[in-house]
Amino acid sequence: MISLALTQFGVPLGKWCAEGLARPKIISRGPAEGIETLSALPKLAAKILITVVIGGFLGATLVRIAPGFGVDEEELDARLSSQSIQALRETGANETNLLAFYVQYLNRLLHGDLGNSRTLHRPVLQLVAERLPETLKSVALGLALGWSAGFLLAVAIVMSRAWLLDLVGSLLVGVLLCLPAAVLALLFVLAQAPARLLLGLVVFPKIFRYSRNLLARSSALPHVLTARAKGLGNMRVLVWHILPTAAPQLLALLGVTVSVAFTAAIPMEALCDIPGIGQLAWKAALGRDVALLVNLTMIVTLVTLVANSASDVVGRTFRASEA
Amino acid sequence: MKWARTTAIVFLLAVCAACLLANVIAPASYAHQFREEPNASPSRQHLLGTDDLGRDRFSRVLYGTRVSLLLAPAAALLTSLLAAFVGGIAGFAGGWVERFVMAGTDLFLSLPWLFLLITVRALLPLNVSPIVSVLITFAMLGCLGWAGAARIICADARAVAQSDFILLARASGSNGFRLLWRHLVPNLKPVLFAQFWISVPVFILTEANLGILGLGVAEPLPSWGSLLRELESFSTASAQPWQLVPLILFILVVSSFHLVLTKEELTV
Repeated sequence: MISLALTQFGVPLGKWCAEGLARPKIISRGPAEGIETLSALPKLAAKILITVVIGGFLGATLVRIAPGFGVDEEELDARLSSQSIQALRETGANETNLLAFYVQYLNRLLHGDLGNSRTLHRPVLQLVAERLPETLKSVALGLALGWSAGFLLAVAIVMSRAWLLDLVGSLLVGVLLCLPAAVLALLFVLAQAPARLLLGLVVFPKIFRYSRNLLARSSALPHVLTARAKGLGNMRVLVWHILPTAAPQLLALLGVTVSVAFTAAIPMEALCDIPGIGQLAWKAALGRDVALLVNLTMIVTLVTLVANSASDVVGRTFRASEA
Repeated sequence: MKWARTTAIVFLLAVCAACLLANVIAPASYAHQFREEPNASPSRQHLLGTDDLGRDRFSRVLYGTRVSLLLAPAAALLTSLLAAFVGGIAGFAGGWVERFVMAGTDLFLSLPWLFLLITVRALLPLNVSPIVSVLITFAMLGCLGWAGAARIICADARAVAQSDFILLARASGSNGFRLLWRHLVPNLKPVLFAQFWISVPVFILTEANLGILGLGVAEPLPSWGSLLRELESFSTASAQPWQLVPLILFILVVSSFHLVLTKEELTV
């Protein structure tokens, strides 16, 4: 059972030999896995592309199922004549054929045209090009902050085994997990705190909780206990025996946190007035701008998939190099 | 941590009882405006003061809690049922059915659900009533949240389907439906229950996010989202700490769900 678990974690064999510790049985696939990983990259890219295309189709389908699809706020304008309202409805009716709409959309996409925003009266590509860097900056900063704080606190708690620190950390994380990102954004606005740090606070509790559990489980493995019993220092045990065991799963968490950060970017940017794609999505939602929303959904899906796949590839490469 | 779990359950029961009895306890309707008393301080008549429009805040907290606490579990139930159906069938059937269904589930998981949610929410009819808006909001949450739970249930269903007692049941002549209903479903109950408990606070948090963004339950019906939105005007309220009561109640309720949930997770 233990060897199976260790195989999944990709425990470094060489380190055990160097420390003269009991070496668990590990079935390793060796460096060939690294080569396999690289050769699988085109397949992975194709998979991502197909997923995004099908995901976009699903998104467009859901939009059409929505009971208010095709209804325009302009129809409520009392100044419009019945002919004008009919003309507005006919404009929307062209988009009701889902398959025809999506084929046309993909065709335009291949030519680098994402269409025009109905509310902002500008090309979607231009809007995304302007705003995506802002969101990427916020997400990168948030992830760096959340990972540093969450991971370091988890390491400190697991290695020191200080119950007070554990209690304080757990309480802090418990409160943060109960606060919606939008409330945190409002509190940041009230406190006039730098809004970009907010994403760090959103991902911090998730990273802390997962890392602490993972590191605690790794530190209870027999080879770590043996290493401690043989008098190895805390830092050596952490770097050579606990972290390599936990690394693949932590890398997998990295991909997940990218998705969490992008999701939290909507309330952050909307409420803290940061001109990113989260704010764009919010404005598009309020203005019922379907073209913009579907495009943004596809872009975020693509970013999420790339992040998840990248963390997966890095994890596999790490396991291969450790083996 | 048994005491913490017990306290959380008692607290949740008390909050549920209070909001179910809102018609009796609340001093006014959630929509009634005391026009001569906007932004009033707490008094005997208005325990938590009034909001910008002169509506009794205590009444709105009670009714808003009722909306969120009744409909989030309903959405969680819908999610759990969908996940049980999709994951259970996939895990029980195995083979290409499982691969096909799980590929679909992975595809669904890769979609940014909050983007999707605001997209669909934004396209509700313009003349939708508050009651319909709240039902649609939570129904959407329920319909979009099944994928993660389905993966877990599929793994569990697969393990049960491959167990010895199912083999014995097959050998005794049990057919597919009987196996599914009499043997598989009862063994999936603990994981379904855990998934249900996991989903409830997630949906409460999501509704709050949507509500604060103005995409949740339509006014004048209160929900936690619309109540927390009042924090936008908190800058004037450094001397009005009672405005924070909905936030404190929200944190207490969600953390109580987490405390109950942790124990449930451990028992699965």
